[in-house]
Amino acid sequence: MAASLPGGRPPAGRKRRTGHFRRALRTPLGISAAVLLAVVLLLAVFAPLVWPSDASAIDTFNILRGPSARHWLGTNNLGQDVFYRVLVATRLSVGLALAATAIGVACGLLLGTAPLIVGRRAGRVVTSVINVAVAFPALLLALFFAVIFGVGAEGALLAIGFASAPAFARLVRTLSASVAGLDYIAAARIAGVSRIRLLTRHVLPNIGEPLIVNATIAAGDALLSFAGLSFLGLGVQAPSYDWGQLLNDGLQGIYTRPAAALAPGVAVVVAGLAFNLFGEALAAGLGLTSPRIGKLRAALAASAAKAAAAEPKTSSRTDAADSVLRVSNLEVSFPGGVHPVRGVSFTLNRGEAVGVVGESGSGKSLTALAVARLLEHPAHVSAAELTLLGQDLRAEDGRTGGGRTAGGRGRAAGAMSDRELRRFLGIKAGLVFQDPMTSFNPVKRIGAQLAEVAAEHHGLSRRQAGERAVDRLRAVRIPRPEHRARQFPHELSGGMRQRAMIGMAIMGEPALVIADEPTTALDVTVQRQVLRLLKSIQAGADGPARAAGSSDMALLFISHDITVVGQVCDRVLVMYAGKVVESLPTADLAARARHPYTRALLAAVPSMETPRELPLAVIPGRPADPADLPAGCAFAPRCAFADAKCLDADPSLVAGDAGGEVACWHVDRVLAAEPTATGPASALTADPESVNAAPVSGEAE
Amino acid sequence: MIDTPQAAAAQSSNRAFTPGASPWLRFAVRRLGQLLLSALVLITASFLIIHLVPGDPVRAALGLNASQQLVDARRAQLGLNDPLWLQYGHYLRNLFTGQFGTSITSGLPVSQVIGQRLPATLALAGYSFLAAIVVAVPLGLTMGAATRGGRRRGTELAFTSASILLAAIPGFLLSVGLVYAFGVTLHWVPVAGKSGFSSYLLPIVSLAVGPALVLARILRVEVLSALRADYVRTARAKRLPAWRVYLLHVLPNALTATLTICGLLLAALIAGTVLVEYVFAWPGLGSTIVASIIAKDYPVVQGIVLVYGTGVLLINLIVDVALALLDPRSTIRES
Repeated sequence: MAASLPGGRPPAGRKRRTGHFRRALRTPLGISAAVLLAVVLLLAVFAPLVWPSDASAIDTFNILRGPSARHWLGTNNLGQDVFYRVLVATRLSVGLALAATAIGVACGLLLGTAPLIVGRRAGRVVTSVINVAVAFPALLLALFFAVIFGVGAEGALLAIGFASAPAFARLVRTLSASVAGLDYIAAARIAGVSRIRLLTRHVLPNIGEPLIVNATIAAGDALLSFAGLSFLGLGVQAPSYDWGQLLNDGLQGIYTRPAAALAPGVAVVVAGLAFNLFGEALAAGLGLTSPRIGKLRAALAASAAKAAAAEPKTSSRTDAADSVLRVSNLEVSFPGGVHPVRGVSFTLNRGEAVGVVGESGSGKSLTALAVARLLEHPAHVSAAELTLLGQDLRAEDGRTGGGRTAGGRGRAAGAMSDRELRRFLGIKAGLVFQDPMTSFNPVKRIGAQLAEVAAEHHGLSRRQAGERAVDRLRAVRIPRPEHRARQFPHELSGGMRQRAMIGMAIMGEPALVIADEPTTALDVTVQRQVLRLLKSIQAGADGPARAAGSSDMALLFISHDITVVGQVCDRVLVMYAGKVVESLPTADLAARARHPYTRALLAAVPSMETPRELPLAVIPGRPADPADLPAGCAFAPRCAFADAKCLDADPSLVAGDAGGEVACWHVDRVLAAEPTATGPASALTADPESVNAAPVSGEAE
Repeated sequence: MIDTPQAAAAQSSNRAFTPGASPWLRFAVRRLGQLLLSALVLITASFLIIHLVPGDPVRAALGLNASQQLVDARRAQLGLNDPLWLQYGHYLRNLFTGQFGTSITSGLPVSQVIGQRLPATLALAGYSFLAAIVVAVPLGLTMGAATRGGRRRGTELAFTSASILLAAIPGFLLSVGLVYAFGVTLHWVPVAGKSGFSSYLLPIVSLAVGPALVLARILRVEVLSALRADYVRTARAKRLPAWRVYLLHVLPNALTATLTICGLLLAALIAGTVLVEYVFAWPGLGSTIVASIIAKDYPVVQGIVLVYGTGVLLINLIVDVALALLDPRSTIRES
C-alpha cells in the first residue's frame, strides 16, 4: 500500500487519467487481471438474477451428497446445490468488500485531511492516534471493531471498513502533504479560499490516482478479511451466505465432502487475486513503481552495428622479463553489437606508471575492468594475449570471464584453476576505484575490510591481518591508523577514504595497481595529495614495510583528465571509441603530441596564459556511440584534419620515431598545423585556430 | 593534512568534547515515549470496548432470560455503575496489579484464561516466524545470486509469479487446503488439536508460507540491489571467495533493509493465528477470543486485545532498536 506520487504534479486532467489506465491495461498482467475482474463483477451482478432458483432449491432427496452429475459440487444439509451457491454468493462477498473499502476510503479521507479541516492542534492529536493504529494488523483492528459493532454482516462491514481507515488516512496524509505543501494551503487560506474548497479543488484531484490504485488493492484485502470473519462466524450469518459462510459450512464436512469446502476457498482466492493484480497493473501503468529496465537493456535495444574489425596489433615490446602486464588485442563486447573496446594492446613494465586517457565512452574503464577480470556476463571479453607477470589471465572454463576466450582451447598445462587465478590476482593485482564512499561496505569497519584481503590470500590470522591493515593505513599516511581501522567508512573524510582504498589495494604487495579515476570524486587539494601518495607508493618509498629486493609496482592509471595523468605517469595512452589512438611518453605530451584528438584534449585545458577574451577551446561534436561505430576512423567526424580517406579506412597504430605510436593518416599535416580546408569537420569546428593552439603544459594546475 | 607526528598530536588534543546526553539515552527516551503513548492508546481502546457496545453489555452477555438481579449483581461486580473516569482509573490500577477482570460467562479470572491459552499461541506464532525466516533467507539469497545481471529470466519470472500466487492465498484458506490434503487424503499428520510435534506441522506451514514467500521476494530484490553496489565490486576485486562476498558483504546489507518488513510480517502472522487456530482447533488465544466475541464475554475480549496489542507494540520496538543497532550510520552507535 505504499504507492505514492513522485512530488507535486499539476492537477490531473481527465484525459491523462484515462490514458494512463489504458496504458496500464496493455501489459499481459493488466489484461489478464482485467479479464478476471470483469468475470468476477459480471458474476456478482448477474448470478443471482440468472440462477436464483438453482441456488436456493431444496432437494430433500440429496441431502449432504458429494459431487454428482446433477450437483457438480454436491449439496449441503438442506440439499441445496453448492456450485450455484458459490456463484450466487459472489454478489454478497464482492458487494460487502467494495462497501467496506468505500467506508475505509471515506474515513481515511476525513481523518487524513483532518489537519487541513480542523486546524493544526486537533489535527496533530488525530495524526498521532492514526500513527498508533497503523502499527496494528488490519485483522486485529477488525476484530476489535467487530466486538463493538456486534456479530453479523452489518457489524462486520463497519468493522472491516473502519479497520482499513487508518492505512488510508496515513496514505492520504502522505499524498496530500507531497502534493499541496502546507505553505501553499496557508497562502490560499490567507487569500480567502475556504478549506473545503481547497480540499475538493486542489488536494483531492491530485491524489485521486494513487488513491484509486490503493483502493483496488484494498478491496482485494477486504474481500479476504470478510471471508475470514464470516468463516469465524462473526460475519454473514445464515440463512444469508457469502463465501466465508459457505466455507464455514463446508469445513464441518470436509472429511466426507471436501468439494464443498474447497470451492468457496478457490473462489475467494481468485476474486482476491483479480482485485490485487488489477490494482498492481494499474500502479505499474501509472508509473508508481520503479522501472525494471536497466541501462544494459536499453543498450541491447540498439540496432546491430557494423563491428569495426580491428587487426591484431601488438604494441612495441620491451624486454619480456621486465614486463608486468601484457595486453594484446583486448576486445570487450556486449550482446546486440555494442563494442566498447576494440583491440587494445599495451605493455606495462616494472615500476612503470601508464595512464589511459579518454572521454566518457572511450572504453578506458572497461579496459581496466577487463584486464582485472572483473567483467561478467553479459560482457564478452577476448584477447590475443593477457598476461600478468607471465601468467595467462584468461580463464579456460569461462567462469571468471564473460564467455569463451578467443580460440576456446581446453585447459592447457600451466593454466590456473579458477581458485588459483583468484588467489593470484588477489595477491598480485590491487584495484582502486573512483568513489570510495560507495566502494566500501557501509556496515563493516575499515580495518576489517582491509584485513579480509590478507586473511583470505596470505593465510594470516585475524590478528596478524588486522595488524597488517593498520600498517598499510599508516603507509598511506592516515593519522592514528589504529583508531581509524576501527571506524566505519562514513566516519572518514573523502580523501581519507580514498587513501584507505589505496591502502586496501596494496595490502598484498601487488605487482600491479589499477586505479580507475581515483581522484575524480575529490577536490583539487586532496587530489594533489592522493596523487603524490600514489607516486610515492609506486616508487617504493613507503617505509620499511617493503621487503628488500621486492620490485617496484606498476601502475595503470585511468582518467579523463589529461593533466592529472601527466602528473603521475611515465607514459600516456590516449583512447577514443574503444581504441588506442596514441601512445607517447609524458614528457612528450606538451610538445610532441601527434594525434588530433590528443592535441585537442591538451588544447582544451585552460592555463594562466589562455586569453580570456576568446571562448574556451572545445572539441566539437559528440563522443562516438559504441553501438554505432563508423567504418573509418572514429574521430573523423570531429577532426579538423580529416578527409575522405579517414572516413573509409580506420588507421592502425604506427610506431613513430620518438618511441611513441599514433593511429592517424595525416600526422604530417597535424604536425604542420594544416587543417583540411574542405574536411568534413571543418564546418563543425567553431574555431579552427583553437585546435592548433600551442598545447599547454601538462603540469598546469 | 597531517604529515608529521607533532601535528597529529596537536590534532588529537584539540578534539572537541561533545557535551550533553549520549545518543543512546536520547534514543531510549524518545522511543520509550512513543511506546508509552501507544500503550496508552491501546489501553484506552481496550477499556472503551465495553462502553462502546450499544445497549447493556452484561445483559447482552447473560441473555434475555437471565434475571435482573443477576444482571445487576454482575454490573456491580464489574463496576459498571461508577462514573466513567473512575472506572478508567480502576481499570488502570487493576492492570498494574495484574488483574484483568473476570469473565462474564464463566466467572473465572481473565488472567487465568489468558495464562492457560497464551503459551500455545506464542509457540505457534514463534515457530511459524522462525520457519518463515529459515526458508526465506536462503531462498531469497539464492534467487538473488541466480538472477543477478539479468540471468535466468525464466527462473525469475517463475519465482516471482509463484510467490505472488501462493502468497495471495490467506493462511486460513491454505490451512483448509492442507487439512484436505493431509487429513482427508493422505492421513500423514494430525489435523486437529495440539498433541505433540507432528500436530505443529500443518498450522506452521499454513501460517509461514505466505510471509516466507513475501520475504524471499523482497530479499531477492534487496540482494540484487546490493550486488550492484560498488562495495561488492570492491569485494570481488579483492578476489574474496563467493561465499564470503555473499554472506559477509551482501547479506548484512540486504537483511537490514528487510528488517521493517519482517516486523510487519510478524504482526500479520499473529493476526493470522486467530484464523488458523480456529481451523485446527488449536488451544490458543485465537479460538478463545472468537468464542468470547460470539458469547459477548467482554472482559475476556478486553484482556486478549491487550495481549495482542502489546505483542504488536513489542515487535515494533524490537525492530526499531535492531535497526538502530545494526545500521552503523545511525547516531546510536558510538564510533
